Amino acid sequence: MPTITFLEPGGKAHVVDAQAGLSVMEAATRNDVPGIIGECGGCCTCATCHVYVDVAWYGRLESADEMEQGMLEGAVEPGPLSRLSCQIKVTDAIEGLVVTIPAGQL
Amino acid sequence: MSESAATQTPSQTTIQTFVIVGAGQAGGETASELRKQGFTGRIVLVGDETHVPYRRPPLSKAYLSGTATQESLYILPPAGLEKARIEFIGGVRAERIDRATKQLHLSDGRVLDYDKLVLATGGRARVLSLPGADRPNVFPLRSIADVQAMRTHCLDGKSAVIIGGGFIGLEVAAVATKLGMKVTVLEGLPRVLARVTVPEVSTFFERIHREAGVDLRTGVQITAFEGEPLVTHVLLGDGSRIAADFILAGIGQVPNVELAQQAGLAVDNGIVVDEYSRTADPDIYAAGDCANHPNEFYGCRLRLESVQNAMEQGRVVAAGLLGKSQVYNVVPWFWSDQYDLKLQMVGLSAGFDRMVLRGDLNARAFAAFYLKDGRLIAADTVGRPQDFMFAKKLVALRVVVDPQVLADETVSLKTLLPAAA
Repeated sequence: MPTITFLEPGGKAHVVDAQAGLSVMEAATRNDVPGIIGECGGCCTCATCHVYVDVAWYGRLESADEMEQGMLEGAVEPGPLSRLSCQIKVTDAIEGLVVTIPAGQL
Repeated sequence: MSESAATQTPSQTTIQTFVIVGAGQAGGETASELRKQGFTGRIVLVGDETHVPYRRPPLSKAYLSGTATQESLYILPPAGLEKARIEFIGGVRAERIDRATKQLHLSDGRVLDYDKLVLATGGRARVLSLPGADRPNVFPLRSIADVQAMRTHCLDGKSAVIIGGGFIGLEVAAVATKLGMKVTVLEGLPRVLARVTVPEVSTFFERIHREAGVDLRTGVQITAFEGEPLVTHVLLGDGSRIAADFILAGIGQVPNVELAQQAGLAVDNGIVVDEYSRTADPDIYAAGDCANHPNEFYGCRLRLESVQNAMEQGRVVAAGLLGKSQVYNVVPWFWSDQYDLKLQMVGLSAGFDRMVLRGDLNARAFAAFYLKDGRLIAADTVGRPQDFMFAKKLVALRVVVDPQVLADETVSLKTLLPAAA
Protein backbone atom coordinates (compact mmCIF):
# COMPACT_ATOMS: atom_id res chain seq x y z
CA MET A 1 0.00 0.00 0.00
CA PRO A 2 1.53 3.32 -1.03
CA THR A 3 2.05 5.82 1.78
CA ILE A 4 0.71 9.34 1.27
CA THR A 5 1.40 12.30 3.53
CA PHE A 6 -1.22 15.02 3.91
CA LEU A 7 0.23 18.13 5.53
CA GLU A 8 -1.79 20.78 7.29
CA PRO A 9 -0.45 24.29 6.59
CA GLY A 10 0.93 24.42 10.14
CA GLY A 11 3.02 21.32 9.43
CA LYS A 12 0.90 18.65 11.16
CA ALA A 13 1.23 15.48 9.08
CA HIS A 14 -1.41 12.84 8.42
CA VAL A 15 0.32 9.77 7.01
CA VAL A 16 -2.02 7.22 5.49
CA ASP A 17 -1.62 3.85 3.83
CA ALA A 18 -3.59 4.23 0.62
CA GLN A 19 -5.25 1.37 -1.17
CA ALA A 20 -4.19 1.10 -4.81
CA GLY A 21 -7.03 1.75 -7.22
CA LEU A 22 -8.65 4.42 -5.09
CA SER A 23 -8.00 8.13 -5.54
CA VAL A 24 -5.88 10.28 -3.26
CA MET A 25 -9.12 11.99 -2.18
CA GLU A 26 -10.60 8.65 -1.11
CA ALA A 27 -7.40 7.79 0.76
CA ALA A 28 -7.92 11.03 2.70
CA THR A 29 -11.64 10.72 3.40
CA ARG A 30 -11.37 7.08 4.45
CA ASN A 31 -8.75 8.08 6.99
CA ASP A 32 -10.49 11.16 8.36
CA VAL A 33 -7.90 13.60 7.03
CA PRO A 34 -9.32 17.09 7.70
CA GLY A 35 -10.03 19.65 4.97
CA ILE A 36 -10.57 17.12 2.19
CA ILE A 37 -14.26 16.46 1.73
CA GLY A 38 -14.85 15.01 -1.73
CA GLU A 39 -18.47 16.02 -1.76
CA CYS A 40 -19.11 14.97 -5.38
CA GLY A 41 -17.55 11.58 -4.73
CA GLY A 42 -14.61 12.07 -7.04
CA CYS A 43 -16.00 13.11 -10.39
CA CYS A 44 -14.30 16.48 -10.66
CA THR A 45 -17.37 18.54 -9.82
CA CYS A 46 -16.97 20.22 -6.44
CA ALA A 47 -13.27 21.03 -5.83
CA THR A 48 -13.62 20.22 -2.11
CA CYS A 49 -10.66 17.83 -2.39
CA HIS A 50 -8.25 20.51 -3.59
CA VAL A 51 -4.60 20.11 -2.49
CA TYR A 52 -1.18 21.55 -3.27
CA VAL A 53 1.14 18.85 -4.55
CA ASP A 54 4.70 18.91 -3.26
CA VAL A 55 6.86 20.63 -5.86
CA ALA A 56 9.05 17.56 -6.32
CA TRP A 57 6.00 15.48 -7.07
CA TYR A 58 3.93 17.83 -9.20
CA GLY A 59 5.67 17.08 -12.52
CA ARG A 60 5.69 13.34 -11.88
CA LEU A 61 1.89 13.11 -11.88
CA GLU A 62 -0.23 12.94 -14.99
CA SER A 63 -1.31 16.50 -15.77
CA ALA A 64 -4.76 17.88 -15.04
CA ASP A 65 -7.25 17.76 -17.91
CA GLU A 66 -9.27 20.75 -19.07
CA MET A 67 -12.20 20.02 -16.77
CA GLU A 68 -9.95 19.81 -13.71
CA GLN A 69 -8.07 22.96 -14.71
CA GLY A 70 -11.38 24.83 -14.99
CA MET A 71 -12.49 23.63 -11.55
CA LEU A 72 -9.14 24.59 -10.03
CA GLU A 73 -9.47 28.19 -11.24
CA GLY A 74 -12.37 28.60 -8.85
CA ALA A 75 -11.03 26.44 -6.00
CA VAL A 76 -10.11 27.82 -2.56
CA GLU A 77 -6.81 29.75 -2.86
CA PRO A 78 -5.59 28.09 -6.07
CA GLY A 79 -1.88 28.07 -6.87
CA PRO A 80 0.58 26.69 -9.42
CA LEU A 81 0.78 23.33 -7.62
CA SER A 82 -2.98 22.93 -7.19
CA ARG A 83 -4.66 19.64 -8.07
CA LEU A 84 -7.95 17.96 -7.27
CA SER A 85 -6.93 14.92 -5.26
CA CYS A 86 -9.85 12.92 -6.66
CA GLN A 87 -8.15 13.02 -10.03
CA ILE A 88 -4.90 11.47 -8.77
CA LYS A 89 -5.02 7.68 -8.77
CA VAL A 90 -3.28 5.73 -6.06
CA THR A 91 -0.67 3.46 -7.66
CA ASP A 92 2.70 2.13 -6.54
CA ALA A 93 4.24 4.97 -8.57
CA ILE A 94 3.05 7.55 -6.03
CA GLU A 95 4.63 5.86 -2.98
CA GLY A 96 5.71 8.71 -0.70
CA LEU A 97 3.52 11.41 -2.29
CA VAL A 98 3.27 14.58 -0.22
CA VAL A 99 0.41 17.07 -0.57
CA THR A 100 -0.63 20.09 1.52
CA ILE A 101 -4.20 20.95 2.46
CA PRO A 102 -5.11 24.59 1.69
CA ALA A 103 -5.60 26.67 4.86
CA GLY A 104 -8.97 27.93 3.60
CA GLN A 105 -10.35 24.38 3.53
CA LEU A 106 -9.61 23.74 7.21
CA MET B 1 -37.76 27.95 19.99
CA SER B 2 -35.68 26.31 22.66
CA GLU B 3 -32.01 27.15 22.87
CA SER B 4 -31.23 24.28 25.20
CA ALA B 5 -29.17 22.32 22.68
CA ALA B 6 -27.12 25.40 21.90
CA THR B 7 -26.10 25.97 25.49
CA GLN B 8 -25.91 22.59 27.13
CA THR B 9 -22.53 20.93 27.50
CA PRO B 10 -22.21 17.16 27.41
CA SER B 11 -21.72 15.58 30.78
CA GLN B 12 -18.12 14.79 31.56
CA THR B 13 -18.99 11.76 33.62
CA THR B 14 -21.57 9.76 31.68
CA ILE B 15 -21.05 8.40 28.21
CA GLN B 16 -23.51 9.89 25.76
CA THR B 17 -25.08 7.84 22.99
CA PHE B 18 -25.99 9.40 19.66
CA VAL B 19 -28.10 7.19 17.44
CA ILE B 20 -28.35 7.94 13.73
CA VAL B 21 -31.19 6.39 11.76
CA GLY B 22 -30.17 6.00 8.13
CA ALA B 23 -26.73 4.95 6.95
CA GLY B 24 -26.73 6.94 3.73
CA GLN B 25 -24.57 9.94 2.98
CA ALA B 26 -26.22 12.26 5.52
CA GLY B 27 -26.03 9.67 8.30
CA GLY B 28 -22.49 8.65 7.44
CA GLU B 29 -21.29 12.24 7.29
CA THR B 30 -22.93 13.08 10.63
CA ALA B 31 -21.17 10.13 12.28
CA SER B 32 -17.84 10.88 10.73
CA GLU B 33 -18.04 14.60 11.54
CA LEU B 34 -18.88 13.87 15.19
CA ARG B 35 -15.54 12.10 15.52
CA LYS B 36 -13.69 14.81 13.59
CA GLN B 37 -15.11 17.34 16.08
CA GLY B 38 -13.87 15.30 19.02
CA PHE B 39 -16.98 13.51 20.25
CA THR B 40 -15.86 10.56 22.38
CA GLY B 41 -19.21 8.99 23.26
CA ARG B 42 -21.07 6.18 21.51
CA ILE B 43 -22.22 6.57 17.92
CA VAL B 44 -24.67 4.00 16.55
CA LEU B 45 -25.55 4.09 12.86
CA VAL B 46 -28.63 2.10 11.85
CA GLY B 47 -29.31 1.33 8.17
CA ASP B 48 -31.99 -0.69 6.44
CA GLU B 49 -29.52 -1.69 3.74
CA THR B 50 -26.75 -4.11 4.64
CA HIS B 51 -24.13 -1.78 3.16
CA VAL B 52 -21.97 0.63 5.10
CA PRO B 53 -22.49 4.26 3.96
CA TYR B 54 -21.87 4.59 0.23
CA ARG B 55 -21.97 7.24 -2.45
CA ARG B 56 -25.19 7.26 -4.42
CA PRO B 57 -24.38 9.68 -7.29
CA PRO B 58 -22.22 7.09 -9.15
CA LEU B 59 -25.07 4.55 -9.11
CA SER B 60 -26.65 5.95 -12.27
CA LYS B 61 -23.27 6.74 -13.81
CA ALA B 62 -19.95 4.94 -13.24
CA TYR B 63 -21.38 2.06 -11.18
CA LEU B 64 -24.08 1.22 -13.71
CA SER B 65 -21.59 1.45 -16.57
CA GLY B 66 -19.22 -0.87 -14.73
CA THR B 67 -16.31 1.56 -14.45
CA ALA B 68 -16.66 1.93 -10.66
CA THR B 69 -16.53 -1.07 -8.35
CA GLN B 70 -18.87 -1.58 -5.43
CA GLU B 71 -15.93 -1.31 -3.03
CA SER B 72 -15.06 2.13 -4.43
CA LEU B 73 -18.54 3.43 -3.51
CA TYR B 74 -17.99 2.91 0.21
CA ILE B 75 -17.29 6.13 2.05
CA LEU B 76 -16.25 4.48 5.26
CA PRO B 77 -15.54 0.77 4.77
CA PRO B 78 -15.95 -1.51 7.80
CA ALA B 79 -12.34 -1.01 8.89
CA GLY B 80 -12.82 2.78 8.78
CA LEU B 81 -16.01 2.56 10.83
CA GLU B 82 -14.21 0.42 13.38
CA LYS B 83 -11.29 2.81 13.55
CA ALA B 84 -13.71 5.70 14.11
CA ARG B 85 -15.60 3.60 16.68
CA ILE B 86 -18.88 3.97 14.83
CA GLU B 87 -21.18 1.04 15.58
CA PHE B 88 -22.97 0.01 12.41
CA ILE B 89 -26.22 -1.96 12.48
CA GLY B 90 -27.11 -2.89 8.90
CA GLY B 91 -30.08 -4.62 7.33
CA VAL B 92 -32.39 -3.50 10.11
CA ARG B 93 -35.26 -1.01 10.06
CA ALA B 94 -36.01 1.51 12.76
CA GLU B 95 -39.63 0.80 13.66
CA ARG B 96 -40.57 3.28 16.34
CA ILE B 97 -39.25 6.12 18.44
CA ASP B 98 -40.34 6.34 22.06
CA ARG B 99 -39.62 9.98 22.82
CA ALA B 100 -40.67 9.75 26.46
CA THR B 101 -38.11 7.06 27.31
CA LYS B 102 -35.68 8.17 24.56
CA GLN B 103 -35.56 4.77 22.96
CA LEU B 104 -35.45 3.56 19.38
CA HIS B 105 -37.10 0.24 18.56
CA LEU B 106 -35.58 -1.79 15.72
CA SER B 107 -37.17 -4.40 13.44
CA ASP B 108 -34.98 -7.17 14.92
CA GLY B 109 -36.39 -6.50 18.38
CA ARG B 110 -33.45 -4.53 19.68
CA VAL B 111 -34.12 -1.35 21.63
CA LEU B 112 -31.51 1.40 21.61
CA ASP B 113 -31.33 4.08 24.29
CA TYR B 114 -30.32 7.46 22.92
CA ASP B 115 -29.32 10.81 24.31
CA LYS B 116 -29.68 12.39 20.88
CA LEU B 117 -31.29 10.97 17.78
CA VAL B 118 -30.64 11.89 14.15
CA LEU B 119 -33.15 11.08 11.44
CA ALA B 120 -31.26 10.67 8.17
CA THR B 121 -33.87 8.42 6.66
CA GLY B 122 -33.50 9.67 3.08
CA GLY B 123 -36.09 8.86 0.49
CA ARG B 124 -37.33 6.01 -1.62
CA ALA B 125 -37.96 5.86 -5.34
CA ARG B 126 -41.47 6.86 -6.34
CA VAL B 127 -43.38 3.88 -7.70
CA LEU B 128 -45.34 4.03 -10.95
CA SER B 129 -49.06 3.86 -10.38
CA LEU B 130 -49.74 1.51 -13.24
CA PRO B 131 -50.75 -2.16 -13.21
CA GLY B 132 -47.63 -4.25 -13.78
CA ALA B 133 -45.26 -1.74 -12.18
CA ASP B 134 -44.29 -4.48 -9.71
CA ARG B 135 -43.16 -6.98 -12.36
CA PRO B 136 -39.57 -8.16 -11.96
CA ASN B 137 -38.06 -6.23 -14.89
CA VAL B 138 -39.38 -2.82 -13.78
CA PHE B 139 -36.70 -1.16 -11.70
CA PRO B 140 -36.27 1.89 -9.51
CA LEU B 141 -32.76 3.31 -9.11
CA ARG B 142 -31.85 4.28 -5.61
CA SER B 143 -29.53 1.61 -4.21
CA ILE B 144 -26.65 -0.73 -5.01
CA ALA B 145 -29.17 -3.59 -5.07
CA ASP B 146 -31.32 -1.76 -7.66
CA VAL B 147 -28.35 -1.31 -9.97
CA GLN B 148 -27.16 -4.88 -9.50
CA ALA B 149 -30.59 -6.15 -10.48
CA MET B 150 -30.86 -3.83 -13.47
CA ARG B 151 -27.34 -4.45 -14.71
CA THR B 152 -28.02 -8.06 -15.59
CA HIS B 153 -30.36 -6.70 -18.30
CA CYS B 154 -27.97 -4.00 -19.53
CA LEU B 155 -26.56 -5.91 -22.46
CA ASP B 156 -25.60 -4.90 -25.98
CA GLY B 157 -28.59 -5.06 -28.30
CA LYS B 158 -31.24 -5.19 -25.56
CA SER B 159 -34.01 -2.60 -25.30
CA ALA B 160 -34.39 -0.27 -22.34
CA VAL B 161 -37.46 1.86 -21.77
CA ILE B 162 -36.81 4.68 -19.36
CA ILE B 163 -39.77 6.40 -17.80
CA GLY B 164 -38.93 9.93 -16.69
CA GLY B 165 -36.66 12.50 -18.32
CA GLY B 166 -35.03 13.77 -15.14
CA PHE B 167 -31.40 13.40 -14.04
CA ILE B 168 -31.66 9.68 -13.26
CA GLY B 169 -33.52 8.84 -16.46
CA LEU B 170 -31.18 10.77 -18.70
CA GLU B 171 -28.02 9.51 -17.00
CA VAL B 172 -29.19 5.92 -17.38
CA ALA B 173 -30.14 6.63 -21.01
CA ALA B 174 -26.58 7.81 -21.65
CA VAL B 175 -24.99 4.77 -19.99
CA ALA B 176 -27.35 2.29 -21.67
CA THR B 177 -26.72 3.86 -25.07
CA LYS B 178 -22.98 3.59 -24.55
CA LEU B 179 -23.45 -0.07 -23.64
CA GLY B 180 -25.02 -0.61 -27.04
CA MET B 181 -28.64 -0.82 -25.97
CA LYS B 182 -31.66 0.45 -27.81
CA VAL B 183 -32.98 3.19 -25.53
CA THR B 184 -36.35 4.90 -25.35
CA VAL B 185 -37.00 7.75 -22.91
CA LEU B 186 -40.62 8.59 -22.11
CA GLU B 187 -41.43 11.89 -20.41
CA GLY B 188 -44.95 12.95 -19.52
CA LEU B 189 -44.21 16.68 -19.51
CA PRO B 190 -43.57 18.62 -22.73
CA ARG B 191 -39.78 18.64 -22.11
CA VAL B 192 -37.05 16.83 -20.19
CA LEU B 193 -35.52 18.28 -16.99
CA ALA B 194 -38.61 20.48 -16.70
CA ARG B 195 -38.39 20.55 -12.91
CA VAL B 196 -34.83 21.86 -12.83
CA THR B 197 -34.09 24.07 -15.82
CA VAL B 198 -35.37 26.35 -18.59
CA PRO B 199 -36.69 25.22 -22.00
CA GLU B 200 -33.47 26.23 -23.79
CA VAL B 201 -31.35 23.87 -21.67
CA SER B 202 -33.97 21.11 -21.93
CA THR B 203 -33.89 21.44 -25.74
CA PHE B 204 -30.10 21.13 -25.68
CA PHE B 205 -30.22 17.86 -23.75
CA GLU B 206 -33.03 16.49 -25.89
CA ARG B 207 -30.87 17.10 -28.95
CA ILE B 208 -27.80 15.48 -27.37
CA HIS B 209 -29.76 12.33 -26.56
CA ARG B 210 -31.41 12.12 -29.97
CA GLU B 211 -28.04 12.58 -31.66
CA ALA B 212 -26.74 9.68 -29.58
CA GLY B 213 -29.54 7.51 -30.91
CA VAL B 214 -32.07 7.69 -28.07
CA ASP B 215 -35.73 7.58 -29.03
CA LEU B 216 -36.80 10.42 -26.76
CA ARG B 217 -40.49 11.21 -26.55
CA THR B 218 -41.99 14.02 -24.51
CA GLY B 219 -45.60 14.77 -23.61
CA VAL B 220 -46.44 11.07 -23.72
CA GLN B 221 -48.96 9.18 -21.69
CA ILE B 222 -48.18 5.62 -20.65
CA THR B 223 -51.33 3.56 -20.63
CA ALA B 224 -50.24 -0.01 -19.87
CA PHE B 225 -47.51 -2.58 -19.48
CA GLU B 226 -47.90 -5.67 -21.61
CA GLY B 227 -46.37 -9.07 -20.86
CA GLU B 228 -46.34 -11.59 -18.02
CA PRO B 229 -44.41 -12.35 -15.88
CA LEU B 230 -41.97 -9.87 -17.46
CA VAL B 231 -43.09 -6.69 -19.15
CA THR B 232 -42.36 -7.00 -22.86
CA HIS B 233 -43.98 -3.83 -24.20
CA VAL B 234 -44.97 -0.38 -22.98
CA LEU B 235 -48.17 0.99 -24.47
CA LEU B 236 -48.70 4.71 -25.01
CA GLY B 237 -51.79 6.88 -25.31
CA ASP B 238 -51.11 7.55 -28.98
CA GLY B 239 -51.34 3.82 -29.69
CA SER B 240 -47.63 3.12 -29.96
CA ARG B 241 -46.20 -0.06 -28.52
CA ILE B 242 -42.55 -0.06 -27.46
CA ALA B 243 -40.58 -3.28 -26.93
CA ALA B 244 -38.71 -3.46 -23.63
CA ASP B 245 -36.27 -5.92 -22.08
CA PHE B 246 -36.42 -3.84 -18.94
CA ILE B 247 -38.00 -0.63 -17.66
CA LEU B 248 -36.47 1.98 -15.42
CA ALA B 249 -38.88 4.15 -13.48
CA GLY B 250 -36.99 7.38 -12.81
CA ILE B 251 -39.90 9.45 -11.63
CA GLY B 252 -38.58 11.04 -8.48
CA GLN B 253 -38.44 10.12 -4.84
CA VAL B 254 -40.60 10.23 -1.75
CA PRO B 255 -39.06 11.29 1.56
CA ASN B 256 -39.05 8.69 4.33
CA VAL B 257 -41.00 10.53 7.01
CA GLU B 258 -43.07 7.75 8.58
CA LEU B 259 -40.82 7.21 11.60
CA ALA B 260 -40.96 10.92 12.46
CA GLN B 261 -44.67 11.11 11.80
CA GLN B 262 -45.43 8.19 14.10
CA ALA B 263 -43.37 9.88 16.81
CA GLY B 264 -45.58 12.95 16.56
CA LEU B 265 -42.99 15.16 14.90
CA ALA B 266 -44.14 17.69 12.31
CA VAL B 267 -44.01 16.48 8.72
CA ASP B 268 -44.70 18.65 5.69
CA ASN B 269 -42.94 17.56 2.50
CA GLY B 270 -40.23 16.08 4.72
CA ILE B 271 -39.43 16.17 8.41
CA VAL B 272 -39.78 19.76 9.55
CA VAL B 273 -36.63 21.16 11.18
CA ASP B 274 -35.47 24.60 12.24
CA GLU B 275 -32.43 26.49 10.96
CA TYR B 276 -30.19 24.29 13.15
CA SER B 277 -31.69 21.14 11.58
CA ARG B 278 -33.46 20.33 14.84
CA THR B 279 -37.03 19.09 15.09
CA ALA B 280 -39.42 20.44 17.73
CA ASP B 281 -37.94 17.77 20.04
CA PRO B 282 -34.58 19.26 21.10
CA ASP B 283 -33.03 15.79 21.19
CA ILE B 284 -34.01 14.86 17.64
CA TYR B 285 -32.40 16.27 14.51
CA ALA B 286 -32.94 15.49 10.84
CA ALA B 287 -30.64 15.79 7.82
CA GLY B 288 -30.51 15.05 4.11
CA ASP B 289 -33.21 14.18 1.59
CA CYS B 290 -35.80 13.65 4.35
CA ALA B 291 -35.45 17.07 6.00
CA ASN B 292 -37.51 20.15 5.22
CA HIS B 293 -35.46 23.11 6.43
CA PRO B 294 -35.72 26.90 6.29
CA ASN B 295 -33.31 28.55 3.86
CA GLU B 296 -32.58 32.16 4.71
CA PHE B 297 -30.85 32.69 1.39
CA TYR B 298 -34.00 32.01 -0.62
CA GLY B 299 -36.39 33.07 2.15
CA CYS B 300 -38.38 29.85 1.99
CA ARG B 301 -38.42 26.26 3.19
CA LEU B 302 -36.57 23.69 1.09
CA ARG B 303 -36.26 19.95 0.92
CA LEU B 304 -33.26 19.24 -1.23
CA GLU B 305 -32.40 15.92 -2.81
CA SER B 306 -28.68 16.21 -3.34
CA VAL B 307 -25.43 14.87 -2.01
CA GLN B 308 -24.25 18.38 -1.14
CA ASN B 309 -27.31 18.82 1.07
CA ALA B 310 -26.84 15.41 2.68
CA MET B 311 -23.24 16.08 3.59
CA GLU B 312 -23.41 19.75 4.57
CA GLN B 313 -26.54 19.30 6.63
CA GLY B 314 -24.97 16.21 8.21
CA ARG B 315 -22.07 18.35 9.38
CA VAL B 316 -24.42 21.03 10.73
CA VAL B 317 -26.28 18.35 12.69
CA ALA B 318 -23.01 17.01 14.10
CA ALA B 319 -22.12 20.50 15.32
CA GLY B 320 -25.58 20.92 16.84
CA LEU B 321 -25.36 17.60 18.65
CA LEU B 322 -22.16 18.80 20.27
CA GLY B 323 -23.75 22.02 21.49
CA LYS B 324 -22.11 24.16 18.80
CA SER B 325 -25.28 25.00 16.87
CA GLN B 326 -24.73 26.25 13.35
CA VAL B 327 -27.31 27.76 11.05
CA TYR B 328 -27.75 25.67 7.92
CA ASN B 329 -27.96 28.12 5.06
CA VAL B 330 -26.84 26.62 1.82
CA VAL B 331 -26.68 27.71 -1.80
CA PRO B 332 -27.67 24.45 -3.48
CA TRP B 333 -25.71 22.96 -6.33
CA PHE B 334 -26.25 19.91 -8.47
CA TRP B 335 -24.63 18.12 -11.35
CA SER B 336 -25.34 15.49 -13.93
CA ASP B 337 -22.99 13.48 -16.15
CA GLN B 338 -24.39 12.44 -19.50
CA TYR B 339 -22.15 11.04 -22.24
CA ASP B 340 -19.01 13.20 -22.20
CA LEU B 341 -20.95 16.21 -20.89
CA LYS B 342 -21.09 17.56 -17.39
CA LEU B 343 -24.02 19.76 -16.43
CA GLN B 344 -23.26 21.78 -13.30
CA MET B 345 -25.97 23.87 -11.69
CA VAL B 346 -25.85 26.33 -8.83
CA GLY B 347 -28.72 28.07 -7.10
CA LEU B 348 -32.44 27.82 -7.69
CA SER B 349 -33.58 29.70 -10.77
CA ALA B 350 -37.27 29.90 -9.85
CA GLY B 351 -38.46 33.50 -10.03
CA PHE B 352 -35.68 34.82 -12.31
CA ASP B 353 -36.54 37.90 -14.39
CA ARG B 354 -33.74 37.71 -16.93
CA MET B 355 -31.67 34.94 -18.49
CA VAL B 356 -28.28 35.57 -20.08
CA LEU B 357 -26.52 32.99 -22.22
CA ARG B 358 -22.77 32.67 -22.53
CA GLY B 359 -21.35 30.52 -25.29
CA ASP B 360 -23.35 28.67 -27.89
CA LEU B 361 -26.23 26.31 -27.14
CA ASN B 362 -25.40 24.56 -30.39
CA ALA B 363 -21.90 23.85 -29.18
CA ARG B 364 -21.27 21.57 -26.21
CA ALA B 365 -20.09 24.34 -23.88
CA PHE B 366 -22.35 27.09 -22.62
CA ALA B 367 -23.71 28.72 -19.48
CA ALA B 368 -27.19 30.01 -18.70
CA PHE B 369 -27.27 32.67 -15.99
CA TYR B 370 -30.44 33.62 -14.14
CA LEU B 371 -30.84 37.10 -12.70
CA LYS B 372 -33.39 38.64 -10.40
CA ASP B 373 -33.33 42.38 -9.70
CA GLY B 374 -29.88 42.50 -11.27
CA ARG B 375 -28.38 39.85 -8.98
CA LEU B 376 -27.20 36.44 -10.11
CA ILE B 377 -29.45 33.86 -8.41
CA ALA B 378 -28.58 30.71 -10.37
CA ALA B 379 -26.58 29.29 -13.26
CA ASP B 380 -26.57 26.14 -15.35
CA THR B 381 -23.29 25.37 -17.08
CA VAL B 382 -22.19 22.68 -19.51
CA GLY B 383 -18.49 22.18 -20.12
CA ARG B 384 -17.58 25.47 -18.45
CA PRO B 385 -16.33 24.46 -14.98
CA GLN B 386 -14.67 27.79 -14.24
CA ASP B 387 -17.94 29.62 -14.89
CA PHE B 388 -19.71 27.20 -12.53
CA MET B 389 -17.14 27.77 -9.79
CA PHE B 390 -17.26 31.58 -10.02
CA ALA B 391 -21.05 31.60 -10.40
CA LYS B 392 -21.20 29.67 -7.11
CA LYS B 393 -19.35 32.53 -5.41
CA LEU B 394 -21.34 35.26 -7.17
CA VAL B 395 -24.65 33.68 -6.18
CA ALA B 396 -23.56 33.20 -2.56
CA LEU B 397 -22.39 36.81 -2.30
CA ARG B 398 -25.58 38.15 -3.95
CA VAL B 399 -23.50 40.20 -6.36
CA VAL B 400 -25.19 42.61 -8.77
CA VAL B 401 -23.70 41.58 -12.11
CA ASP B 402 -23.27 43.25 -15.48
CA PRO B 403 -25.24 41.12 -17.99
CA GLN B 404 -22.82 42.12 -20.76
CA VAL B 405 -19.92 40.56 -18.89
CA LEU B 406 -21.97 37.41 -18.31
CA ALA B 407 -22.66 37.17 -22.03
CA ASP B 408 -19.05 37.73 -23.10
CA GLU B 409 -17.24 34.41 -22.94
CA THR B 410 -13.86 36.07 -23.34
CA VAL B 411 -14.16 37.69 -19.90
CA SER B 412 -13.63 35.60 -16.75
CA LEU B 413 -16.45 35.77 -14.23
CA LYS B 414 -13.72 36.25 -11.68
CA THR B 415 -13.68 39.93 -12.70
CA LEU B 416 -17.23 40.27 -11.33
CA LEU B 417 -16.24 39.18 -7.83
CA PRO B 418 -15.71 41.81 -5.16
CA ALA B 419 -11.97 42.32 -4.52
CA ALA B 420 -12.00 40.55 -1.15
CA ALA B 421 -13.65 37.37 -2.45
